[in-house]
Amino acid sequence: MNFSKKQIVASLVSLACFAAFSMTAVAADKLKVGFVYVSPIGDAGWTYQHNQGRLEMEKNLGDKVETKFIESVPEGQEAERVIRDLAKSGYDLIFTTSFGYMNPTLKVAKMFPGKYFEHSTGYKTARNVGTYMCRFYEGRYMAGIVAGKMTKSNTLGYIAAFPIPEVIRGINAYTLGAKSVNPDIKVKVIWVNSWFDPGKEREAAEALITQGADVITHHTDSTAPVLTAEEKGVYAIAYHSDMSKYGPKAQLVAVTHNYGDLYTKIAKAVLDKTWKSEKIWNGVKEGSIKLAGMNPVVPKDVVALVEKTRQGIADGSIHPFQGPVKDQSGKVVVEAGKSLSDKELLGMNYYVEGVQGDIPK
Amino acid sequence: MDKHLVLSILVAAIGAGTPFVFAALGELVTEKSGVLNLGVEGMMLVGAVTGFIAMTKSGSLLLAVVCGMASGVAMAAVFGLLTLTLMANQVASGLALTIFGVGLSAFLGLDYKSFSLPGVNELPLPLLSELPVVGKLFFSHDILIYASFILFAGVSWFLYRTKAGLILRGIGEAPKSAHALGYNVIKIRYMAVLFGGAMAGLGGAYLSVAYTPVWVEGMVAGRGWVSLALVVFATWRPARVMFGAYLFGAITIAQFHIQGLGIEIPSQLLSMLPYLATIIVLVVISRDAKTIRLNSPASLGITYHPEA
Repeated sequence: MNFSKKQIVASLVSLACFAAFSMTAVAADKLKVGFVYVSPIGDAGWTYQHNQGRLEMEKNLGDKVETKFIESVPEGQEAERVIRDLAKSGYDLIFTTSFGYMNPTLKVAKMFPGKYFEHSTGYKTARNVGTYMCRFYEGRYMAGIVAGKMTKSNTLGYIAAFPIPEVIRGINAYTLGAKSVNPDIKVKVIWVNSWFDPGKEREAAEALITQGADVITHHTDSTAPVLTAEEKGVYAIAYHSDMSKYGPKAQLVAVTHNYGDLYTKIAKAVLDKTWKSEKIWNGVKEGSIKLAGMNPVVPKDVVALVEKTRQGIADGSIHPFQGPVKDQSGKVVVEAGKSLSDKELLGMNYYVEGVQGDIPK
Repeated sequence: MDKHLVLSILVAAIGAGTPFVFAALGELVTEKSGVLNLGVEGMMLVGAVTGFIAMTKSGSLLLAVVCGMASGVAMAAVFGLLTLTLMANQVASGLALTIFGVGLSAFLGLDYKSFSLPGVNELPLPLLSELPVVGKLFFSHDILIYASFILFAGVSWFLYRTKAGLILRGIGEAPKSAHALGYNVIKIRYMAVLFGGAMAGLGGAYLSVAYTPVWVEGMVAGRGWVSLALVVFATWRPARVMFGAYLFGAITIAQFHIQGLGIEIPSQLLSMLPYLATIIVLVVISRDAKTIRLNSPASLGITYHPEA
């Protein structure tokens, strides 16, 4: 049998058309969503919470979405390659879940104008790049109330990663929450200069406990602070995830962030073609910040007070940084009757009254 | 600073120094036989991950320790095969062992990343732990820390009070003479290398099972290298290795206390302090050139060719 050149070309073209058609057909009814994680998922912590959000979104949207995640992606060059590969292999919506992915995300977004990108904790957006983060400080304020009520030594310990506004905001909100129920509160801060270093976190927790802190909290990623508190017989307030499994006696409560609803909403917007580039900053009101794993030793009236505060924050009648707020030197930084704007919150670089020590420069 | 604070820093320092005690004493025995194994970091990592997996699967501390040590021995056996049987360069082989250990431990721990364990309970010894100061400092720890004390006593006794220890040191000084006297240099060096591997594995397992009971990739975080440095700066003396390990631990702990007390020193500078202080102190106490010459094994790092 002889094929003319023409016949071969024609059949190849039709084959290619068919292949292209079938690919678009699949893409049209299924949104492919990619996630880039900075650390392993594990069973608690920052990435664990983002992955829970992914799973919840999958549950909510069923077979309308197909997801894929890549974990332990270092920030920088490597991230750019991973994000680009996802975009290239047909992922239309990509969540990049660490601050250091900001520039790689923007760079890849420019190369793929038809795809959508959502970057967590960043401050730069583009036509097809939105950002999202959580108002952790609202949860910190509520946790501070619990700590302020439960401490006997009036000394709270705080293990902090890096002196950036986000961490400082958490320390201040926690202090203000504690002081709202217990004016004698002192907060001791130890900087470990790492987001995730169980050894250092443990050593810092031990140092704080020795110096009289009887409630430990942390703005780092590992379970080490809660484990150490359990071992030494003091209380702890967990961060990111409910860690009561690691400190059944120690954990008073956990400040958690939840992304299920947000991820569902964003994916839906892409499916419905209503997606816009936004700077999302969700908190208690949207259900992004929740307290979880409340210890039964916390008295009922404290639990009720926390719930009342939660409602107040949700309806806007309570703001954690409600004036008058004084800084360490006693200077009024927020006047009575006023509260801080988002812009002021994002640039916070001072400690409020009650925090001990200085912010490392 | 009050007495209570100083004591608690010292107690915590013993915990922080223990991984160094295990790894450095093991390396000391290896080096005393004339073999330089730079793979300590890699062996510790593999020990840490296998110890952690064994503890997760079985919940038995004994099994975790045995697995950690066994995997350290296996790693050391690879090193022994390369350097003692195949006579490869020790420095290059040791570095390769560390790089291999980093990758292997990450691979083995793939399904265990960021998981936590309940940890090991403290076991205060009856009567002894009630002694003032000393009781808290030495007799209120977990069982692995007691094991490290016994290890120290054992290594010191073995090296300086037994015939076998004398032979081992002799081989480290002059393998040819030892060979001429009828000792099997390769066999004895193998045993020293395997012992070093077991101790490095144990040090790693102590980290992942007792000290910070989680598995994190690269969690040994340079402790293997510090252990190697401790052996050299301590001029191959077990007592000075112990001192250096606890000094390093104490300064590591103290830097957090300094922050908590609100003393104004940049935290980045404080993070450097354990390395600086330990090196300076050990260099000062061992600065006598004669003791260094006396204690450093003369054939350290030199491949021994039996026929030559």
